[in-house]
Amino acid sequence: MTTNATPEIAAPVRRRGIEAARARQAVLLLLPTLIAIALVAGYPLYRTIFFSMFEANLTNPDQRTFLGLGNFWFTTSDGVELGFLQDPKWWGAVKNTMLFTVVSVFLETVFGMIIALVVNSAFKGRAFLRTAMLVPWAIPTVVSAQMWAYMYNDSFGLIGRGLLGGQALLANTDSAIWALIAVDVWKTTSFMALLILAGLQSLPTDMYEAADMDGATKWTQFWRMTLPLLRPALLVALVFRSLDALRVFDIMSVMLGNVNAASTSMTGYARQALIDNQLLGMGSAVSIAVFVIIMVIVVVYVTAFRVKFD
Amino acid sequence: MKKVIAIIGLTAAIAANSQAAAVTVTLACGAVGQELELCKAGADRWAAKTGNSVKIFESPNLTNDRLGLYQQQLAAKSSDIDVYQLDVVWPGLLAQHFVDLKGKVPAAEVNAHFKGIVAANTVNGKLVAMPWFTDAGLLYYRTDLLTKYGYKTAPKTWAEMAVMAKKIQTGEQKTNKSFAGFVWQGKNYEGLTCDALEWVVSFGGGTIVDDKGTVTINNAKAAAALDAAASWVKNISPAGVTTYGEEEARGIFQSGNAAFMRNWPYAWALGQGDDSKVKGKIGVAPLPSGGARNAATLGGWQLGVSTYSKNQAAAISLVRYLAGPDEQKIRAVEGAYNPTIQALYKDSAVLKANPFFGSLLNVFTSAVARPSGPTKSKYNQVSQAFSTAVSDVLNGKSKGAAAVAKLSTDLARIKGRGW
Repeated sequence: MTTNATPEIAAPVRRRGIEAARARQAVLLLLPTLIAIALVAGYPLYRTIFFSMFEANLTNPDQRTFLGLGNFWFTTSDGVELGFLQDPKWWGAVKNTMLFTVVSVFLETVFGMIIALVVNSAFKGRAFLRTAMLVPWAIPTVVSAQMWAYMYNDSFGLIGRGLLGGQALLANTDSAIWALIAVDVWKTTSFMALLILAGLQSLPTDMYEAADMDGATKWTQFWRMTLPLLRPALLVALVFRSLDALRVFDIMSVMLGNVNAASTSMTGYARQALIDNQLLGMGSAVSIAVFVIIMVIVVVYVTAFRVKFD
Repeated sequence: MKKVIAIIGLTAAIAANSQAAAVTVTLACGAVGQELELCKAGADRWAAKTGNSVKIFESPNLTNDRLGLYQQQLAAKSSDIDVYQLDVVWPGLLAQHFVDLKGKVPAAEVNAHFKGIVAANTVNGKLVAMPWFTDAGLLYYRTDLLTKYGYKTAPKTWAEMAVMAKKIQTGEQKTNKSFAGFVWQGKNYEGLTCDALEWVVSFGGGTIVDDKGTVTINNAKAAAALDAAASWVKNISPAGVTTYGEEEARGIFQSGNAAFMRNWPYAWALGQGDDSKVKGKIGVAPLPSGGARNAATLGGWQLGVSTYSKNQAAAISLVRYLAGPDEQKIRAVEGAYNPTIQALYKDSAVLKANPFFGSLLNVFTSAVARPSGPTKSKYNQVSQAFSTAVSDVLNGKSKGAAAVAKLSTDLARIKGRGW
């Protein structure tokens, strides 16, 4: 069997030699990039996974005890639950982050679409309006969050005192999450509008002229032509915004303070464990959970995205 | 051979000599208001006296940022900073990085300071830092409004305070809608831990975790204290009090919109400033009792010497000088920083600048320490769990009894494998 096969694979071996040489060259060319990625992304990731299995303090990482998965889930013989996955506060943070993401991205998409359709039509001062609508997006999040915190203040704020007559929206994390969503929608709708506008401008105009000739209403044109054609641009925008919203941290930290931020955002919870509490192991474990959650959502998005376009 | 020994001996002697003669010590001190100015002046006086020189390291203003930076320096075993300015709740957290000053500073010198503050700086028998200035919670009140509504003295109990605040608030709100009876620090952060510890201790509910590390918070008196505080919100305190820190409360009090305020001594100097609407109308009293005692939470700053310092002897000398009576007196007179040395509260120059230092001496001597000593590196978690539980009660999410029971479970969880 082996003797028979040798002459047959002789030719491919020679071709493979050329291919192998090209592959080697490719590897050599890619090597600097691969090393850079391994250093800046791979090593930190490895260290995070490594520390997630230890009980360690940030001030003294060398003194550590191996826990295995104890940072994630561990119940002592006295029935005390030590893993963060057993901490209701963690799940509260996850719930709030998900609520924040779903509601804010939904509202941003709807408002962004409306704004994009408006500024896409021809009217006087369109160029100015397109620039002006980006102002909220251009303000650093920390600044706009502080600005909104002043507006929500119950004793002198425009909203807290003026509109609501002295209600403290930010006092309670349950009501605060809606106040935070409002800030995010105000800030990022223009970004969403910009992405959708880019998609709108790539649509051919002759198609609409034909539709007008056929007597299709504007409403039908939007649902049957604009929206399906816009889908690729819209989905990219959605993925971007969802990822951003899942990682949200600055709005919570500025408007609610770091302690309450930990019960409203996943990253806030991770920061508290790692920085405030100096729990290197626990903080790393939480970071991995955040990483996994975001990754799963991205995979779901991307698969759904492909299914629709095949 | 003899020659070699002689040369080595000589070099060593010269080296030791030059080191003793000219050493540069780096001191990290705060830069809030006059703090940096006073710190530099004090360091310069020490430098002139000893012939050494001092480099000042400017720390960030926010306590949390400062802690983060210090922790980085210490974790890297950096010798860049020799003397650190430490918050009173940090010794437990950072003890391993600091030189044990016990024995290096004469016992008589240590004992001149308030006992409670020295205790807060002692972790497992190790004296981590020397007290520099202190803080304690105080009750500020409007002397003019108390007189207007027929009260002669500041309230002695929380219940009395609530009645007075309600009466003044009802009267004042007729002309000023945003007037509040009592403002304090209700935001979920370290400040709320300080305020709530005062309520709990004044009701006789203990200090959350006792000196032996046992969780004591789950008791009826602690629950009653939290329920009492919750009854103030939206009654004598604005709804937004649960979003206030020190400065928000001071802003309202100083613009004349509150009858009572809980705050630290720093608010005195600012309230008596020329741009203050309540200048000359402020009184300061001990915080009211909840039935057991008057209680004020201990705050303040200390000076510690890093174990990674290359000039420990000079650094210890600087700490002894700055924390000493002469320097503390200058700081009290010029900047109203509360001395930690008991005798200075009888000094006429200090009392002239800060009249309430004398009348409230026992507030400072009996100040209650937060449980940072027994809970060590987990203090931050304990404080967060406590302030979150209190915050839930204040926001009506939970009742006192349920909150302290749940908190007790949370603390057991944090304690986990030991403090």
